[in-house]
Amino acid sequence: MTEKKGWKDIPIGGLIAEAGTAKEYKTGDWRTFRPVVDHSKCINCLQCWMYCPDSSVLVEDGKMKGFDYDHCKGCGICASICPVKCIKMEKEE
Amino acid sequence: MAKTASIPGTKTLPLMGDQAVAEAMRQIDPDVVAAYPITPQTEIVMTFAQFAADGKVDTEMIPVESEHSAMSACVGSAAAGARTMTATSANGLALMWEIVYIAASTRLPIVMPVVNRALSGPINIHCDHSDTMGARNSGWLQVYSENAQEAYENTILGMRIAEHKDILLPIMVCQDGFITSHAVEGVEIFPDEAVKKFVGEYKPVMPTLLNVDKPVTYGPLDLQDFYFEHKRQQSEAIKNSLAIIPEVIDEFNKTFNRKHDLVEEYKLDDADVAILVLSSTAGTTKVVVDELREKGLKVGLLKPCFFRPFPKDRIVSALSKVKAIAVLDRAEAFSGCGGPLYEEVKSVMYDAKVRPHLINYIFGLGGRDIFKEDIANVYKDLLDIAKTGKVKDQLNFIGVR
Amino acid sequence: MFEVRWHGRGGQGAKTASQFLAEAALEADKYIQAFPEYGPERAGAPIRTYTRIDDAPINVHSPVTNPEAVVVIDHTLLASIDVTEGLGEDGILVVNTADDPKIIRERLNFKKGTVATVDATKISLDTLGIPMPNMPMLGALAKVKPIVPMDSLIERIKHKFLKKIGEEKTNANIEGIKRAYEEIVVG
Repeated sequence: MTEKKGWKDIPIGGLIAEAGTAKEYKTGDWRTFRPVVDHSKCINCLQCWMYCPDSSVLVEDGKMKGFDYDHCKGCGICASICPVKCIKMEKEE
Repeated sequence: MAKTASIPGTKTLPLMGDQAVAEAMRQIDPDVVAAYPITPQTEIVMTFAQFAADGKVDTEMIPVESEHSAMSACVGSAAAGARTMTATSANGLALMWEIVYIAASTRLPIVMPVVNRALSGPINIHCDHSDTMGARNSGWLQVYSENAQEAYENTILGMRIAEHKDILLPIMVCQDGFITSHAVEGVEIFPDEAVKKFVGEYKPVMPTLLNVDKPVTYGPLDLQDFYFEHKRQQSEAIKNSLAIIPEVIDEFNKTFNRKHDLVEEYKLDDADVAILVLSSTAGTTKVVVDELREKGLKVGLLKPCFFRPFPKDRIVSALSKVKAIAVLDRAEAFSGCGGPLYEEVKSVMYDAKVRPHLINYIFGLGGRDIFKEDIANVYKDLLDIAKTGKVKDQLNFIGVR
Repeated sequence: MFEVRWHGRGGQGAKTASQFLAEAALEADKYIQAFPEYGPERAGAPIRTYTRIDDAPINVHSPVTNPEAVVVIDHTLLASIDVTEGLGEDGILVVNTADDPKIIRERLNFKKGTVATVDATKISLDTLGIPMPNMPMLGALAKVKPIVPMDSLIERIKHKFLKKIGEEKTNANIEGIKRAYEEIVVG
């Protein structure tokens, strides 16, 4: 664990001085179940990408490429919304 | 008039305290004013709105639907990097409450003239300090004005203090409702250019919301891990302000040929006893001091100009010279131990090498008049205490039936 | 320090008169203070206002208790309010009434100082066409206590009213002040 900064070393007034700092907070370890995709069944409809509340579905050139496990909290919305049921929620070890 | 040597171009105008503050706002020409009218502050907003309508300022005037919205709009605009002002009184300040704290915590240098009025209930529109004294722990700076002239000058001074890079705290510029806000006095108005030069062009110290090249977040959730650090920063800022405010005051005094200070001592050097009181009553007390001095009585006055930050060292050193002190509070703290000013003076006097007798008088609640005779009676009590060393009652009330 | 107390009813211009006197004094290089006593703010309610004029800065911020002069803009107030309260041996009482000062003295049992009367309501009706006796009362006061000279009052009227209400009404106001100055009866 890194040591948290003291009052002299943080911006005043609760200001967050740059954008997108939520990225630094790895919420992946909140997960109890992890989504796993079977690419052979995936039709790349990208509904999982649209519904994911944490922007954790990775897409490249219009193709579903897997998950950002650093930030996916394992909510299971992707598995639930998938029209071909190619996403399974597997227990984290 | 110009009997004090004012800088060239200064004009003396017959103005009410409210109008004098509106003049200061016109000269400052802030980017945004978001305000809601409330007695006895109304004439500030009314006069300034006329300036805005007449094109005498470039201010974006936001006539909001409540004080809660007024302070919310101020927080938004100050965070966006705009020089921001508002004004209020009593129940208006109370309705702003949660945002008042947010403005201070977010370190937004908003300047808010407050025309002191009794906070309900029962409902009352007249002067006492229950409104701003209630906000004494909100993290705002507070300066109290004796007359219309001081209210005008403190508004200009307050802008520079609030915006100082090592302070960055909002400030309430207080004056007594009706007593000074609605009394016409000859007010010396500095030349516009001199005021504009003194306040300068506003360059926000913190990154602002409207800079799309560098997006930032204001007001995030701040839990157990960092909230305390932010409060520690506020604590430091208030402490620093005690050292920095005199520097800004010094610059103001040199620019405008004035004698502002954290506290004003009046004939205190050889005094046996002293009264400590804020705002307009300090003026009346000066007259009583003069009259009693003519009779050979060694009486003096200490007027704290700033209440936040609390000028501890100045108060201790000034009061250590006397044998007995009466703190006159225009508010009740309902602690059972006296008014808010008394509590704080008493607290800092614990560190004094010699502790003089210290008693409290609550006066003027809801606009009850205080006369010279009332103040002379307080000095009489004090002189008795100085002579006999005996205090009858620590907590007293003036002019209540 | 010169202190005046004004008695009137809400809407009769007592506040304006008290301020006007102060403004004229300011132009004559004096220190000033003018303030009303705010009670229930409604037309017809008795109100009192104050003016202080001095050569030195005015620090006191409490109501006037021992005025040098009292101006009563509405004589019906004599029945309900002790208008002579705090007036000293040299006190001046100026009342807007058609009655002789002697009658006012008897009525108030006021034996000290100066009592002066002027029918300011009639003057304002004659000059302005409306019952607005406050400006004539300033002219009356200037006669018995020339703290602010007539010239200064007239200059101030021009300065304040000319743009706002035009030349005709401004002149009517000046006429009113002059008439009260001439017609006041001192007893």
